[in-house]
Amino acid sequence: MLKLEARPEASRFWRIGSPLLALALTVLIGVGIFALMGKDPLKGLAVFFWEPIKSAYALSELAIKATPLLLIALGLSVCYRANVWNIGAEGQFVLGAIAGGGVALLADGGSPRVIVFAVLAAGVLGGMLWAGIVALLRDRFNANEILVSLMLVYVAELVLAYLVYGPWKDPQGYNFPQTRMFDAVTQIPRLLKGSRINVGVLIALFGALGMWLYMFRTFGGFQLQVGGLAPAAARYAGFSSRRALWSALLISGGMAGLAGAIEVAGPIGQLTPHVPVGYGFAAIIVAFVGRLHPLGCVFAAILLSMFYIGGELAQSRLGMPKALTGVFQGLLLFTLLACDTLIGYRIRRTGRA
Amino acid sequence: MTAPRLEVRHVTKRYPSVVANSDVSLSVAPGEIHAVLGENGAGKSTLMKIIYGAVKPDQGEVLVDGQPSRIRNPQEARALGISMVFQHFSLFETVTVAENIWLGLDRSHSLESVRERTAQKAREYGLDLEPDRPVHSLSVGERQRVEIVRALLTEPKLLILDEPTSVLTPQAVHKLFVTLRQLAATGCSILYISHKLDEIRELCSQCTVMRGGKVTGSVDPRRESNASLSRLMIGAEPPQHAPHTSSAGEVALAVRSLSLPTPDPFGVALHDISFELRVGEIVGIAGVSGNGQQELLAVLSGEQPRAPAGSVSLFGRDMSGRGPRLRRREGLHFVPEERLGRGAVPGMTLASNTLLTRARHIVGKPPLGWVAPRATAALAADIIARFQVKAGGPQAEAKSLSGGNLQKFIVGREIGAAPKVLIVAQPTWGVDVGAAAQIRGELLALRDAGCAMLVVSEELDELFEICDRLHVIAKGRLSPSIATRDASVERIGEWMSGLWSEAAPC
Amino acid sequence: MESFALLVAATLNAGTVLAIAGLGLLVNERAGIVNLGAEGMMLCAAIAAFATVVHSGNPWLGFAVGAGVGAALAAAFGVLVIWLNTNQYATGLALALFGGGFSAFVGVGYVQEKIATQGSHAIPLLADLPFLGTALFRQHPMVYVAVLLAFAIIAFLYRTRGGLVLRSVGENPDAAHALGYPVRRIRLLAVMFGGALCGVAGAYLSLVYTPLWVEGMVAGRGWIALALTTFATWRPLRVLLGAYLFGGVTMLQFHLQSQGVDVPSQFLSMTPYLATILVLALISRNPTWIRVNMPASLGKPFHPGG
Repeated sequence: MLKLEARPEASRFWRIGSPLLALALTVLIGVGIFALMGKDPLKGLAVFFWEPIKSAYALSELAIKATPLLLIALGLSVCYRANVWNIGAEGQFVLGAIAGGGVALLADGGSPRVIVFAVLAAGVLGGMLWAGIVALLRDRFNANEILVSLMLVYVAELVLAYLVYGPWKDPQGYNFPQTRMFDAVTQIPRLLKGSRINVGVLIALFGALGMWLYMFRTFGGFQLQVGGLAPAAARYAGFSSRRALWSALLISGGMAGLAGAIEVAGPIGQLTPHVPVGYGFAAIIVAFVGRLHPLGCVFAAILLSMFYIGGELAQSRLGMPKALTGVFQGLLLFTLLACDTLIGYRIRRTGRA
Repeated sequence: MTAPRLEVRHVTKRYPSVVANSDVSLSVAPGEIHAVLGENGAGKSTLMKIIYGAVKPDQGEVLVDGQPSRIRNPQEARALGISMVFQHFSLFETVTVAENIWLGLDRSHSLESVRERTAQKAREYGLDLEPDRPVHSLSVGERQRVEIVRALLTEPKLLILDEPTSVLTPQAVHKLFVTLRQLAATGCSILYISHKLDEIRELCSQCTVMRGGKVTGSVDPRRESNASLSRLMIGAEPPQHAPHTSSAGEVALAVRSLSLPTPDPFGVALHDISFELRVGEIVGIAGVSGNGQQELLAVLSGEQPRAPAGSVSLFGRDMSGRGPRLRRREGLHFVPEERLGRGAVPGMTLASNTLLTRARHIVGKPPLGWVAPRATAALAADIIARFQVKAGGPQAEAKSLSGGNLQKFIVGREIGAAPKVLIVAQPTWGVDVGAAAQIRGELLALRDAGCAMLVVSEELDELFEICDRLHVIAKGRLSPSIATRDASVERIGEWMSGLWSEAAPC
Repeated sequence: MESFALLVAATLNAGTVLAIAGLGLLVNERAGIVNLGAEGMMLCAAIAAFATVVHSGNPWLGFAVGAGVGAALAAAFGVLVIWLNTNQYATGLALALFGGGFSAFVGVGYVQEKIATQGSHAIPLLADLPFLGTALFRQHPMVYVAVLLAFAIIAFLYRTRGGLVLRSVGENPDAAHALGYPVRRIRLLAVMFGGALCGVAGAYLSLVYTPLWVEGMVAGRGWIALALTTFATWRPLRVLLGAYLFGGVTMLQFHLQSQGVDVPSQFLSMTPYLATILVLALISRNPTWIRVNMPASLGKPFHPGG
């Protein structure tokens, strides 16, 4: 018989070890899936873990997908540390894309280059607006933020659909549901010639640094975490729970919105109904796998980006469904939560025959 | 000679951090009322869990009626005729008395028969109980009656009571004793766990004393004195504090006509509470838990800032609408009853936990509010050293400390802020004897240094030991104050049931 | 008049998915566990049931497989949450994400498949009533099952000892444990029951309601069903009522779209989601009301012997 026994103090080793063990388990299950479908597991693993890093081009694609994941996950980490369950980052991402895209559509060839800042600022505000609705309903009406934020994802996607099928549709687009390509002046500056990688990745990395400082070196970040860990202690200390709620949601909404604006003004270059590809949900996994810590999120974002690219390659190279990405994402979170038990407990063999 | 009803032989139980029971033995005869006396943490609860089958001993055995017991769970214990009334009631608020009792019996009974037998048992023992009332509408005493009737309906041969009087008024305790004696007369053995000397001497014919997981004595409590029993329990006489003579100064904290309805359906409303707290005195508030203590403390600390304007003032300034941070700025500090989760964040380091109430001097100016890790660690190290907190250093998580050490840390953190007014709830609850004495000593020293102090406690002994004046809170109302030297346990006990005349001397 | 009767019939049809899922979730929430994975369980059950019918042609087997898949996924969730004490929200979310990915992965081959439309089953005599016959009595049997289920759950929860034990476990697991009830096993069973009903609801969606398999076809109904339990303050009849209310909102917007109302279709499609938000805000406005009605241990971890 195996028995779980509480540790007197949380294990620092397993706090880091658990995501690695979870990844190993996910890979193991992945190998099983490949074998079951009659594919060579080694080839399967290669498309997920080798192809995305084997060339400069592959690395830049990896970075492009990791950027929105990291930005969103940073915001969500703050949220979850505050015990605010925003699971609608996908919707906030879409609103950021819409707002950023809306500003980009206003620009023409004569616009100044600084309009890029306006695009990004609009994205942040769009995301904040969407998360602000959640905060308002929670604060004012006590409405469950999990369900409200998720419902707003569907609403955001429908708003986007309305715009690209309706008023913002490109008149010269052969009736495709999409806006015109944004003017080059609104493009997020590229980092390297000939590569799609842009300054977004730097913004995300600076974001990680900023978020670390906010969480661990400012009193505001501290108050927010106390509210999440022990609400009664926060009340006792006199930290405002309303302020924590609003800051957590506005920060995470703003980050998701920023990611949306960077995505449409960067790699995509226009608004289409296919802007949302699940980054907002994958970022939830990034946040957990990254231990709600900015540095961890950086690694986890790269990992989940690998999953995205691997899924696409599995489809084109191995003829497997792209949805494999989603399977692995879900499995990773599942196994992570199970492995996290090791942080607080140790497994003991009990002497019952 | 018949076999003892219950025999515990050389039981040892080790936990990772502590040996809860070490070579414990005791024997209870049929119809005997047997006390197990010990401080919090002496190992009484573990022993009861072992007898009741909830915990397995590492060594030793338990015999029931001379047969080795193989109890694995509470149902099997009940089948053997062992019943237990827990300190924390195992009741369900939203269902009725009869349904609660039904849940504690095996499934062969119908709800209808349980309802009838409940009424019958209650009559038999003179306990007043309506089977169809939902439990959330019952008082604490009534809830305990539900537990007892539930135990009685299993026709027990052995009834275990774990600290049954900690939530009762002295009068209700008296009523309980009548019931227990009646039960023992029918041949049922009773194991009575308590740390209250008077009660044990009044009720029990045999007493096993425990300290630090070991049995330190097995005596007839009727032939012992409080002093001799407490020597067995504590190991030494409780420290005597020099009587306090200096008179109190100006009014520090004043509460006037405070009434506050409760937003919580299970909470207590406060009614017209008024009192004053002066510089250089300790005022105690006694009372059975759940009579408005939590609500009153939340109003005083500022965690509940919705008190009517003018009802709470600090050195003449209205504070009723102010939050805890503004009150702390004016010199009012508070040590709450719950240490983990309120007084400290369990998963955070001691260094971080200093920021809860001491941030003002170590955090940079807003809007950034820069936190310097070195400053918090230095402050935590300072508290640890000054109050002899046993901890792995400033970076130890709060939850890794023992109850007594965490309490020393929290009290130390608040005392270190040099408060003008200090409010302390249950200062020594669940704290070992040494730490309790140290904490009381620190509180007295702070009072002598000119702090105004309010102590809210359910431990009458403690209040009598350190307070200059006493109030009693009952059903959301506050009694007039009485000087401790003029007070008696009987009078305070009467007040705890809400029976005081408004004209009593202030 | 006839068209109104058809609208009522369609409302019952649409509401049945939410009703069955909502009733299942109500039972596991009454035991103190929130399973945010409803959407994922419904999706997996929908594709499993659909594939079963494609291969076997037997719709009842499809429902059974759907229920089994739902219960199995719920059991995985339950073991994590109940024995390993993982966070209920995070674990439910993992199930929702996994279910979405896994159903899409498995369902790729079934996107173009068709199955026989399940005809409505007229109840003799009643079905011939004017108006009422069309509105109420020409439905798929599952529609009636949903109503019966609500009453069966009421009878169980409030008239049997088992129901009392379940409610007690949800209110105060520590006390139930102290009295010797196997709290964790009871909770697991409740969670699996909830999963099975979510599975049946998912199967109804892909076998009766559409009948098709489309990736992500549950389209938030699992989340709406979760909202329904709050809306219903954890009472079975109110879950039923709420489900039909939402079914009505869905049908009304389809009706308006087909009537060519001059509102962009996307805005009409938003109405169920906006209605959910609105209803949540209205019902939660009074925190006391929620607290009195909510199973007291809902969402909180339970450590036996702690």
